[in-house]
Amino acid sequence: MEKTVWSMCGMCSVRCPIKVEVEDGKVRWIEGNPHILKGSLCAKGSAGVALHKDPERPQQPLIRSGGRGAGKWEPVSWYTALDYVAEKIEKIKEKYGAKSIVMSCRGGPWQDLIKAFCYAIGSPNFTNHDSACGRNVHHASKSVYGLGRKGFIYDIANAEHLICFGRNLLASLRVAEANQVMDMLDNGGSLTYVDVRQTLTGIKATRFFQVRPGTDYALALGMINEVIKQEAYDKDFVEKYTVGFDQMAEFVEPYTADWAAKECGIKVKKLKDFVNEIGGQRPRVIFHPGWMLSRYNDSFYASRCLHILNVLMGNIETEGGQLFPKTPADCGVKGLRTFSSNVPKPEEKRADGVGWKYKHFDKGPGLFHLYYEAMATGEPYPIKGLICYRHDPFTCFPDVAAQKEALDNCELLVSIDTHYSEFGWYSDVILPESMYLERETPIATQKGLKPRFIYRDRAVDPRFNTKPSWEILKMLADRLGFGDLFPFHTAEDMWNWQLEPTGYTIEDFQEKGFVSLTDTPIMYDREDLEGRFKTASGKIEFINETLEGLGIPSFKPYESPKKPPKGRFRLVFGRSPVHAHSHTINNPMLHELFPENTLWINKRIATRLGINDGDWVDVIGDSQMGTIRAHVTEFIHPEAVYTVHGFGRQVPLQSRAYHAGMSDQKLQEGLLLHMDEAGGGLCLCEKFVTVRRSSRNPRRRVEL
Amino acid sequence: MNKYMLYLNAKRCIGCHGCEIHCKANKDLPVGPILCEISHEPLKSVKGVPKTEFLFRSCYHCEDPYCVPICPTGAMKKREDGIVYIDQELCIGCMACAGACPWTIPQINPATGKAVKCDYCMDRVDQGLKPACVTKCTTRALKFVALQEI
Ligand code: SF4
Ligand code: SF4
Ligand code: SF4
Ligand code: SF4
Repeated sequence: MEKTVWSMCGMCSVRCPIKVEVEDGKVRWIEGNPHILKGSLCAKGSAGVALHKDPERPQQPLIRSGGRGAGKWEPVSWYTALDYVAEKIEKIKEKYGAKSIVMSCRGGPWQDLIKAFCYAIGSPNFTNHDSACGRNVHHASKSVYGLGRKGFIYDIANAEHLICFGRNLLASLRVAEANQVMDMLDNGGSLTYVDVRQTLTGIKATRFFQVRPGTDYALALGMINEVIKQEAYDKDFVEKYTVGFDQMAEFVEPYTADWAAKECGIKVKKLKDFVNEIGGQRPRVIFHPGWMLSRYNDSFYASRCLHILNVLMGNIETEGGQLFPKTPADCGVKGLRTFSSNVPKPEEKRADGVGWKYKHFDKGPGLFHLYYEAMATGEPYPIKGLICYRHDPFTCFPDVAAQKEALDNCELLVSIDTHYSEFGWYSDVILPESMYLERETPIATQKGLKPRFIYRDRAVDPRFNTKPSWEILKMLADRLGFGDLFPFHTAEDMWNWQLEPTGYTIEDFQEKGFVSLTDTPIMYDREDLEGRFKTASGKIEFINETLEGLGIPSFKPYESPKKPPKGRFRLVFGRSPVHAHSHTINNPMLHELFPENTLWINKRIATRLGINDGDWVDVIGDSQMGTIRAHVTEFIHPEAVYTVHGFGRQVPLQSRAYHAGMSDQKLQEGLLLHMDEAGGGLCLCEKFVTVRRSSRNPRRRVEL
Repeated sequence: MNKYMLYLNAKRCIGCHGCEIHCKANKDLPVGPILCEISHEPLKSVKGVPKTEFLFRSCYHCEDPYCVPICPTGAMKKREDGIVYIDQELCIGCMACAGACPWTIPQINPATGKAVKCDYCMDRVDQGLKPACVTKCTTRALKFVALQEI
């Protein structure tokens, strides 16, 4: 029997829409949804088949039978596992109150379900992984526009110039976006790339600035200064929609192009030419504001400046610029019913301090890492339970040893995941979720010029005794006495419950896998954007009075990043297009292509250290060490060493990934609470490591 | 006369290795054989930007293939339209073809013990579809070109 199923890829968090062909209960073919992606998929997308076949994932619920992390598990039925978790939750509620439970997820279109569940337990402590990812960009965006990082989409295909500060978007692949970039280049567009090393994105660039690590903020300040000096900005737009221009101009005054060029180690002429070029191309110029900017002490400010450069280009709501993502309401359609609409938000203060101690941070998901502080100190109140849905804090967050120490104060650690996460391996209960081809997920809204509702259907039945998350949470909710808040028993019921206000039914999704809410793209009138910016002033705020009122400057005086002491290097990390962080390292097909990471090191430095390309090198933090092969290259700044994140996994049941490569986050000792105070993002590149040629390199020996 | 070729628009290729996996997934291949390969020359500075372009290689479907006559069982065949393929029923896995091919293109499939190589996804092509690697190429850089008869 053959059938076609509409789904969404689950190999990385981009979640590309896909078409799955199934024959006799086996996945035969996966391609990008032809109506949206014309078939295109990345390597990971096709390797979904290998994940489905792979038995090296949790196959039934597991309850820990040895010490935490000892790897002794008792396989149990769903009933036993869920009863166990429910009972533990009730006990914690009784002893410490419901607020002592934290629920975390990865973020994304389905986090509303997790949030609703967390609130239904009675805890305000819903969170996600973002303080180790995009929080700085998000908060920077809020401070400028009053809108979050998803407040704009980028019309890259129609731009004339895209500028990426370390945003390696052809390696941290989003299929649709990568095509937009290539379309732009095909149409003669320019790409300026800024990084401490050359990358897959940089090799396509028309201009490349190799900067000293940690100087992005300097370069962005210098650009603002030069844009103002050359009068390369959109005066009408600035006049009409912004506040604080003069104060900003005064602040950037000393940060000239000459200064910035010197600080970053680039040629000043190149910088001035660049500004001259974008002055002629605006408004079709897009500064990518960054994605994963939990990096340096001033990443919030760097991102803030990139947002501001976009404003200076006047690129808002105009072709080839930043566009407002349109909503169902813009199409005259009511939005989906949300899970959280049924559940009141608990009134307690959040234990991460967001909303009261830290008034300038977004209360939605707060800041995950700050819960470790609450666990360790019991302040403002004890945290005793952590449930992580598809989120692996041991891979996401730095200093795993420090995390474990804090977690040891918890009485319940639960991992709901499709694979063995490092956190799951340390937790008390693993509730295995069916991998994406084996499960349905709630309908999601994709905002855009043509907003749509989209869903993931089950392509094949689960190979093992796993369940979709909606069912796991529903069953747990039944046990905790609030099952009626999720009034559905099948995926179909759930979809139609979500769809009820919209007037659509799930049948409408059969043809293409999604429902488009408009035939023609919707644009707002650029002359009339009044009310679209959600800041206190209603304007775009170069100077944000709310922040200033809390004693946080809108721009902070630049501090030059510390130079690593002799023999040490700044550890920076990134992505390969073949892997989605740790999630795919154990995938048989992707592992074959990229089995372990290497350490990029500058050629001149390597020579001095006696390191040849391909040699084993020891990379040493304070107490932790990793040993991997060196990739010796002239295309990385001498102060930095680089590796691909996600490796060095320690779950023995993942036989391919086990101890393959090195984990950067384990070396980031002491950084767990090192956050950018203004942006809330962690500063994961603020670590120096020692590198030496390893004694594991082969020597001449006799072997009998 | 060869009717088809795979053409890579190197300007659009981003070196993501998607094609290699699209191919393996379509043919249900185990760890080991990889039927097409993306590679690149070392980076060279062009106007201040360290650059390189990607190369794509699979079987060349030679006009006059070395692999066909050497095959002792007649498993390696060339079709009218130029596609060189291995009849899996006849292949005994002796790998004489790989020895004869100047680029050692045929590889052993450890799951079947037989040789395997790019066949331009002829089952798909015969259904009017494009090869797997072309259909799913991340940036639509890879093209399947039907050459005009002269
Ligand atoms: S980018 Fe690749 S892995 Fe991520 S969702 Fe799309 S196809 Fe899947
Ligand atoms: S899938 Fe396409 S873009 Fe990616 S490496 Fe292959 S040919 Fe290049
Ligand atoms: S296997 Fe080698 S000899 Fe045979 S057609 Fe392919 S490239 Fe030519
Ligand atoms: S044409 Fe088919 S067999 Fe040949 S490389 Fe592409 S996907 Fe593989």
